[in-house]
Amino acid sequence: MEFATILFKTILLFVIFVITLLVAMYATWAERKVAAFIQDRRGPNRAGPMGLLQPLADGLKMFMKEEIIPMTANRVLFIMGPSIAMTTACLTGAIIPWGGNLTINNKIYSLQITDLNIGILYIFAMVSIGVYGIMIGGWASNNKYSLLGAIRAASQMISYELAMGLSIITLVLTTGTLSLSEIVDQQQGWHWNIFYHPLGFIIFLICAFAECNRSPFDLPECETELIGGYHTEYSSMKLGFYLFAEYINMFISAAVISTLYFGGYHMPFIHHLDLSPNVMTLIGSAFFFLKIFFFIFLFMWVRWTLPRFRFDQLMNLGWKRLLPLGIINMFITALIILLNEYL
Amino acid sequence: MEKLTGRSKVVSNKKLSFWESIYLPAIIGGMFITIKHFFRKKVTINVPEQTRKRSDVYRGMHVLKRDDEGRERCTACGLCALSCPAEAITMVAAERKPGEEHLYREEKYATIYEINMLRCIFCGDCEEACPKEAIFLTDRLVESEYKRKTFIYGKDLLVEPLEKDKRIDVSKRQTPEVLEFKKNKKLTHNK
Ligand code: SF4
Ligand code: SF4
Repeated sequence: MEFATILFKTILLFVIFVITLLVAMYATWAERKVAAFIQDRRGPNRAGPMGLLQPLADGLKMFMKEEIIPMTANRVLFIMGPSIAMTTACLTGAIIPWGGNLTINNKIYSLQITDLNIGILYIFAMVSIGVYGIMIGGWASNNKYSLLGAIRAASQMISYELAMGLSIITLVLTTGTLSLSEIVDQQQGWHWNIFYHPLGFIIFLICAFAECNRSPFDLPECETELIGGYHTEYSSMKLGFYLFAEYINMFISAAVISTLYFGGYHMPFIHHLDLSPNVMTLIGSAFFFLKIFFFIFLFMWVRWTLPRFRFDQLMNLGWKRLLPLGIINMFITALIILLNEYL
Repeated sequence: MEKLTGRSKVVSNKKLSFWESIYLPAIIGGMFITIKHFFRKKVTINVPEQTRKRSDVYRGMHVLKRDDEGRERCTACGLCALSCPAEAITMVAAERKPGEEHLYREEKYATIYEINMLRCIFCGDCEEACPKEAIFLTDRLVESEYKRKTFIYGKDLLVEPLEKDKRIDVSKRQTPEVLEFKKNKKLTHNK
């Protein structure tokens, strides 16, 4: 690789990282605002205009709090837990195509940090490693409740990953590729995958909620009934990391959903506007972020609508409903493809 | 069987159908309800810039009244302390010395009169019990504090100011019967 490319990728990497953190930070603010609005309240409005400095205040509070590591805990693992959760959450952003191509000095740069040809598998791998963050956190705390909470969280994530995988298989069947940039390229104009895979999308969406531990699947964080779960023993910024990782995951999931099913950075009608390619790319990226924000809002909207599932209901939904639905969906899609080929 | 109330309902135990057990229709219905609230008018009142109007007979912090000539009405009879269910009132009585007639209305007065605002449940029984119309609850609020000690309010906080215009108006708390009674200036109580 040339120096210019490396420089561009490094800058992009840095920008994406900062954007990820910023979005996650302001997602906490937005979460509280949405919660308040849905409950006819106003939400944070003291720190800065419209409470916009609230995330900073919250962060400061997290840093200032006393840090406790239980005597019996395994110190190394105890610190590793939140670190893994945070790292894996951030890593996934590397393969998402954040926009089209930028032309600088007659050279074409794509707004994707790295275009893996197995992009989807990479996402799944990262999500699975995220489970380790939770499991290790629960195990290292040396607390029965934490361990039980961690097992619960891990089993939930693993169960829903199956159905998620099935819904992705249908997508792979029709697109014929695992690379995210190619999947996006196939969705130009109105060829969004949501129109071809509505059922798959719904399954994927539900599983994404479960993977992010978002309500109604937020069993890992019910404080009153289940004593918190895997992060019971965590305090100050270590707890903050776990919670923050969840918001990053939400952002990344929203990005993945928009990429896979809603055409990513493609904007219908944009080609009629007669714009220069660079401007078009930037508008496309902005549109992509609009989609992402919509899905983040959807995550919050659902959270403040639905009560939490009971654990057996959760498992029933995952194994007895979504999994069979996913298999049926896969067979139907495969059948249609076959019929298309032979008729 | 005869129904005990008109509101009883027959509970159905039917099994959920497949679509019901996948919860989606119900979820979408619920989401429409919440999004409607998203755009509703907010009911929040921004304390302290805005205040909610309190009722005229709100039972807030107490006041120890003076009479028209500025003398303390309380005669340290102890009835308020006795009637207080929370045992929040403590007082020490003393005898009025010659030359203090302009300060205290009766021969006996309270040198120390304390209400523990952490114990008080603002029931208003002290107000009811007082034969001298000396203690009233008002629409003022007890300020928040950092120390327990500071919640014991002495006479410095409870007795209303001497100046006529700074007196605390409790006329709205008095029932028509009391107002009628007060008109009769022949009774010593009203002099
Ligand atoms: S309001 Fe009730 S609790 Fe408070 S001091 Fe008076 S009698 Fe006691
Ligand atoms: S406030 Fe009233 S009831 Fe209490 S001691 Fe004084 S006169 Fe008696």
